[in-house]
Amino acid sequence: MARKLVSGNQAAGHTLAVAGEANREARGCICGAYPITPQTEIIEFLRAYEFTKGRVVPVESEHSAMAVCMGGSLAGARSVTASSSNGLAYMTENVFAAGYYRLPIVMIAVNRTLGPPWNIWVDQGDSLMLRDAPWLQFYTESHQDLVDTILLAFRVAEDPRILLPAMVAMDGFVTSHTQMGVDLPEQELVDRFLPHCIVPHRLRSDHPTTIGGLTWPKETEHHRIEIQRAMERVPEVLAEAISEFEEIFGRRPHGLLSAEHTEDADVILVASNSMARTLRGVVESRREAGEKIGMIKAKTFRPFPREAFESAVGKTAKVGVLDRNHSPGSGGIFWQEIVTSLRNQPDTMVQDYLVGLGGGDVTPEILHEIVDDLISRSKSVEPVWKEVASR
Amino acid sequence: MNVVPLNMNANCDTTCDPVLRAGNTNCAGCGMSIGLQWFSEVFRDSKPILAIPACCGIVTAGAFPTSAYSVPIAATTFASAAAVATGLRSVALMNTEENVTVCWAGDGGTYDIGLATLSAAAERNEDIIYICYDNEIYGNTGGQRSSATPEGVVTSTTTSGKSERKKDIMAIMAAHHIPYAATLSVAHREDFIRKLEIAKKTKGFRFLLMLSPCPTGWKSEPEDGVDLIRYAVRCGLFPLYEVYDGDRYRINVERDQTSIEEYITRQRRYTKGSILAEELTQLIDARWQKLKRIVRAFPADDNKV
Repeated sequence: MARKLVSGNQAAGHTLAVAGEANREARGCICGAYPITPQTEIIEFLRAYEFTKGRVVPVESEHSAMAVCMGGSLAGARSVTASSSNGLAYMTENVFAAGYYRLPIVMIAVNRTLGPPWNIWVDQGDSLMLRDAPWLQFYTESHQDLVDTILLAFRVAEDPRILLPAMVAMDGFVTSHTQMGVDLPEQELVDRFLPHCIVPHRLRSDHPTTIGGLTWPKETEHHRIEIQRAMERVPEVLAEAISEFEEIFGRRPHGLLSAEHTEDADVILVASNSMARTLRGVVESRREAGEKIGMIKAKTFRPFPREAFESAVGKTAKVGVLDRNHSPGSGGIFWQEIVTSLRNQPDTMVQDYLVGLGGGDVTPEILHEIVDDLISRSKSVEPVWKEVASR
Repeated sequence: MNVVPLNMNANCDTTCDPVLRAGNTNCAGCGMSIGLQWFSEVFRDSKPILAIPACCGIVTAGAFPTSAYSVPIAATTFASAAAVATGLRSVALMNTEENVTVCWAGDGGTYDIGLATLSAAAERNEDIIYICYDNEIYGNTGGQRSSATPEGVVTSTTTSGKSERKKDIMAIMAAHHIPYAATLSVAHREDFIRKLEIAKKTKGFRFLLMLSPCPTGWKSEPEDGVDLIRYAVRCGLFPLYEVYDGDRYRINVERDQTSIEEYITRQRRYTKGSILAEELTQLIDARWQKLKRIVRAFPADDNKV
């Protein structure tokens, strides 16, 4: 295993490339590539990569980047791309189309604030804007988590029981532009882990079909129900993929979520992406001080693992959710999902904290303050804005 | 209820069927139907795969699980045909498959919402044939103006006649230096077929523009469609010409003394509009002179192309 010091973007670019290359004896790899800060290095990496059977098309927009991926996938290739922020917003129509076509495209979303006003720093409002698209969504806390999750994403997305596209998110700059030591997956191991990509409904002249034409309400209902059923199969397929991943790579990535110190916890904090790493340090130090604090790292967002949350939270009295995103007029988006997950646990109080929006640095001190605030509350209130940047 | 679906001949050999089969939903007199039949004559045995954006060309496929098309079709989002085709063609090429990737798009998906995608695919010189059937209107949505709608024409969003001029998409495409661009007339079959054959032999991005009569949008009689296109060519409104590599031009049919009146008096989109025959004639004269000057300056060498 080659352990290297690389940035999050380099790690993602490498992993997409070896995954694409792993399909060289099948129908190859295709990428529609369009730059946007902070993901640009990923598509630069892919453009420079020498695929045995693959093409990275430098298109004129994110909308076309996804369209090229769709065309490639409809022709049976493994398809990859990356985007951020307004790029994801511009791509949105084709993001939905890719899912409704049931094409197992894998996209890296490097989280960045949506503008205007223009801000290149991290905020999850971009990928979470796409929560209602028929895509799997994973949020990653570290470079290694990112690499491993990308490989899992291909496995799950391309599984015949799933056949849905998958998005793997990381924090802009905090993850994308910082370096960590990473076990970069070698081609030989990826070849073993990823079977050939098979798109069973690909277009072929010997069996002509019209894909994406008109449907009536009856067929549309069935189509949507089938997508929901596929989403419901993800936990099982993901668990299988993780077991095989462990056999091949010798490490075990997190799956739906990671519940840490939750069994006896009085208070649980929930975070995603790199904030989960900061939170882990805070939780560990409070544990050492004898406080019964636990945490849940939210990783799989679509499908949202409601059962896993319900069982991880158990009878815990207080849950605090850290949301680096904001749905105006409502609140944090993870919070909404978690409240729904805990709808049968009326004794659990769930408090939302909007923290680090627009890329404000979320330090351990701020998380300690949030823990203290949560402990002091006996009743939840509307989402609390925890301003960090104006300190 | 046991109904045999329209065009759903799962157990039949479909390889002899025309690209667009009988029983489709196109209007009587639709120019696109003629275009697809002639396309089929030239390309049926070349394993065509079509990317069709939102337009009448996909509505005519009919509802799932039936399809009026006998070849693989990707029904793309409105602006995406040329990019989806890029993906399809790239994978076909890397797998050394012998087929032809074609975009079949209306003027909305070509001149308007799909222009950036089209321009980018042309600039990359993708190995795609892009055919625009231009009925000069958003026909699918009931007849609104597009940038292909000519000056003076009444649509549901230009109720007293369009005040702007029609976009010159051929000039835009020629400016991309693509290997081949040509205009097609459903009234000039030999010329139409010959241009499809050239497109078939040529590699790289090929753009074909077909003026497509649309009885519902043009407020004309279905049986008049081919005649209307003949008049449009003869009076000089729709010149038949071709451009090689963006810089070698050839006019295929010269204009004659046919009056624009023949064209506009048989379409209520013009007769209730704002433009007079004289004004239109002046515009045609100016455009034709410009085209002639270009052709004289940059002629296609008959021995070369």
